[in-house]
Amino acid sequence: MDVHALQQIVHRTRDARRKQTIPKLPPAERDQLIHKYHPDYRASAYRPIRFGPNADDKTVVELATLLEGDSPIADGFDLTPDYQTDVLVVGGGGAGCAAALHAHGAGAKVILATKLRLGDSNSVMAQGGMQISVAPEDSPVTHFVDTLKGGHMQNDHQLLKVMVEEGPSIAKWLLSLGVLFDRDGDGNLHVKKGGGSSKPRLLTCSDYTGLEIMRVLKDEVLNQKIQLLEFCSAVELTSDEEGNCTGAIFKDLDNHRHVVVAAKSVILATGGIGRLHIQGFPTSNHYGATGDGLCLAYRMGAKLMHIDTFQYHPSGAVYPEQLIGALVTEGIRSEGGHLVNAKGERFVNELDTRDVVSSSIIRECEEGRGIRTMSGRIGVWLDTPLLDAEQGPGTVEKHFPAMMMQFERFGIDISKDPVLIYPTLHYQNGGVKINTDSETNVKNLFVAGEASGGLHGRNRLMGNSLLDLMVYGKRSGLTAASRAGAMKQGKLTLMHLQRFRTDAKMHGNLSGVTSPMILPAYTRKE
Amino acid sequence: MAQEDKENVIDQPEVIRHKMVTIEIAGKKYEVPEGITIIKALWYSGQEVVRGAGCLGGFCGACAAYYRTKDDPKVRTCLACQMAVQDGMSITMMPPFPARKATYDIQTLDNPKQDLFNLYPEAPLCRNCNACTEACPQQIDVREGVWKAVFGDFKSVSEMFMDCVMCGMCTPVCIADIAPNLVALYVSRAEGAHFTEKPLGLDTRIKEIQDGRFNDEWAKILTMTEKELADHCAKVK
Ligand SMILES: Cc1cc2nc3c(=O)[nH]c(=O)nc-3n(C[C@H](O)[C@H](O)[C@H](O)COP(=O)(O)OP(=O)(O)OC[C@H]3O[C@@H](n4cnc5c(N)ncnc54)[C@H](O)[C@@H]3O)c2cc1C
Ligand code: SF4
Ligand code: SF4
Ligand code: FES
Repeated sequence: MDVHALQQIVHRTRDARRKQTIPKLPPAERDQLIHKYHPDYRASAYRPIRFGPNADDKTVVELATLLEGDSPIADGFDLTPDYQTDVLVVGGGGAGCAAALHAHGAGAKVILATKLRLGDSNSVMAQGGMQISVAPEDSPVTHFVDTLKGGHMQNDHQLLKVMVEEGPSIAKWLLSLGVLFDRDGDGNLHVKKGGGSSKPRLLTCSDYTGLEIMRVLKDEVLNQKIQLLEFCSAVELTSDEEGNCTGAIFKDLDNHRHVVVAAKSVILATGGIGRLHIQGFPTSNHYGATGDGLCLAYRMGAKLMHIDTFQYHPSGAVYPEQLIGALVTEGIRSEGGHLVNAKGERFVNELDTRDVVSSSIIRECEEGRGIRTMSGRIGVWLDTPLLDAEQGPGTVEKHFPAMMMQFERFGIDISKDPVLIYPTLHYQNGGVKINTDSETNVKNLFVAGEASGGLHGRNRLMGNSLLDLMVYGKRSGLTAASRAGAMKQGKLTLMHLQRFRTDAKMHGNLSGVTSPMILPAYTRKE
Repeated sequence: MAQEDKENVIDQPEVIRHKMVTIEIAGKKYEVPEGITIIKALWYSGQEVVRGAGCLGGFCGACAAYYRTKDDPKVRTCLACQMAVQDGMSITMMPPFPARKATYDIQTLDNPKQDLFNLYPEAPLCRNCNACTEACPQQIDVREGVWKAVFGDFKSVSEMFMDCVMCGMCTPVCIADIAPNLVALYVSRAEGAHFTEKPLGLDTRIKEIQDGRFNDEWAKILTMTEKELADHCAKVK
């Protein structure tokens, strides 16, 4: 049968479905569903890490292998610095730009080094929006409670409290830089309701929230003339005799030379791990999302947390093949789009938390109510035309121009035809453990953004990441800058690496790989 | 997987049994599966890609490319992560272009509409050739945007360029040496920072937080036992 014939069931059942309300799952049923179907609970995909700060903790095999991997830097490496700075920011996404701008603003000398171009990151792709409690009926406390609930009550309370309380002032900062958030008729910030939230709280810039914020932040980094090292990928950190962080070693991807940067403090803002394709999942992440920061911090002795839990975004594209893994924004479900199985039935409250929705999609597919493409992929329908039916023709086009264009390129008009979706690997819930200054247990080593862990607990609520980036980017930048004046540049040694290698040897050098990965190996070899 | 029923299968054999097509990448011929994106075609043909790939999702503009289809003399532009290859296509990636970006302090501009002419003096020299619009893979009416910027209609420009991924394809084609995307970026930021209403509700909320309006609630929440907190959370709908 062809796509159009199969889609008919979605059109045919639309009116009946519109009369239906599906309650969110009560806690017990939700836990049962997740335990049975969420990829985080597939025991076979996990193994314990053999040594290092998280020895015996379990994580996915792909990540454990990289964490135990060896550094590409040899023991006798020449550590003469090519650059010296107060604050070294590694990563040019949202967290990195925010950190660099705030550290620079506080008077520190800053270098921002990044793997690809400035801004090539997950941050530019954020479509759904940014959670900040600005509405009168909302409050930071409600934001806190919603997030805690979404995070299975495992969130670090202090990190979370700081984030929700600083949110409004972050919105003000972004506005002052010229970010164009959507507005209501009275000039106030327009807020939308996101999955798992009890109040409308998502600030948006059409469906280009991340792009708009990043265009502005990138421009600001350039205006401030912050020194940039583009196409430079961090491959190792350096430490002094006490084990404090003192700089980093990069590989220049243009000429394969190494670059050494001595820094009083280092902020890792290297983002997530989608490109490891854990458990074989496609991903919504950018090309450089290979978890490098986790490997670097781990070798240095920083403790990681919640690295056994990942977010599978419920709606990754499954068809056409060219868009595999690409995100179909949650905004569609926020605005009332239904999820529909092959029998034309809804099967979950579309606004339940992401883990619940993803698990239920996987259940539908595993129990034979999915739609299969001939390339062997499977998915369920997302009824996008419903939005036009509910809110009038042109709604999809007006509210989701980015998505319209993405599908139009492959001849699909999502305002007329539903799209086929399946969970896609989207976000690393955990990461390097930090405190409210964004500092790790390794002195002068800061981590901000998706590479850090704790704030989101075991499941991130939609829209909380953009806020996380700005709040902890700022805090890491300010703390690192304030320290710089009073401190001396520490020595550059690889003592932490010697320790790590001894440890690895004791455990039989089991991994056999070099890490970080830098870029995924997509190039076809003959 | 319990997937016996053939009913729910999208029957498109070509999706698995790829038809191979011949394309030309930077002047060399390669056989690749029809319909994969240009970036995937580069990988398929054995090339390492460092420059020319970023988000892989159509948002970062790193993958600007030129292409031409069989028997058509017209050279078009696209985002290589979003464009499917077809037989006879000829492709090349666009290298970075050395456009000049003006630097400014957006918050302390005196007269942003006038400042445009100091920052980008070439902007009013637009000769209306429309090459920028034709080059834009995001289908923005770039020429119109440049004109509107010059005439001070900053609001329209900021709306028109919301889709701009800063790929820079509009720049090398401009006969007046304008970088339309950079002009638009300045204009959009000025619109946001200077010509947009300040949201009063936001200031109210910031003040409430400063004044400790939520302190009692915080005190209550943060001293709850795990069980109490879980019960409290469960009540919130
Ligand atoms: C498609 C998509 C949509 C999303 N939508 C939303 C949304 O609507 N709302 C929301 O809140 N969140 C959203 N998220 C999540 C959010 O965008 C990310 O979690 C967030 O952008 C991460 O920001 P970051 O700065 O930590 O990392 P990134 O933005 O990914 O930046 C990491 C940077 O580090 C660089 N880097 C990596 N390794 C190295 C290295 N070894 N050396 C040097 N540089 C390195 C990368 O190149 C990149 O520049 C979305 C994510 C995706 C993928
Ligand atoms: S306006 Fe210019 S930079 Fe922006 S998307 Fe179009 S061609 Fe690219
Ligand atoms: S290419 Fe340059 S001169 Fe031609 S319309 Fe565009 S901005 Fe004007
Ligand atoms: S790689 Fe970002 S737009 Fe194509």
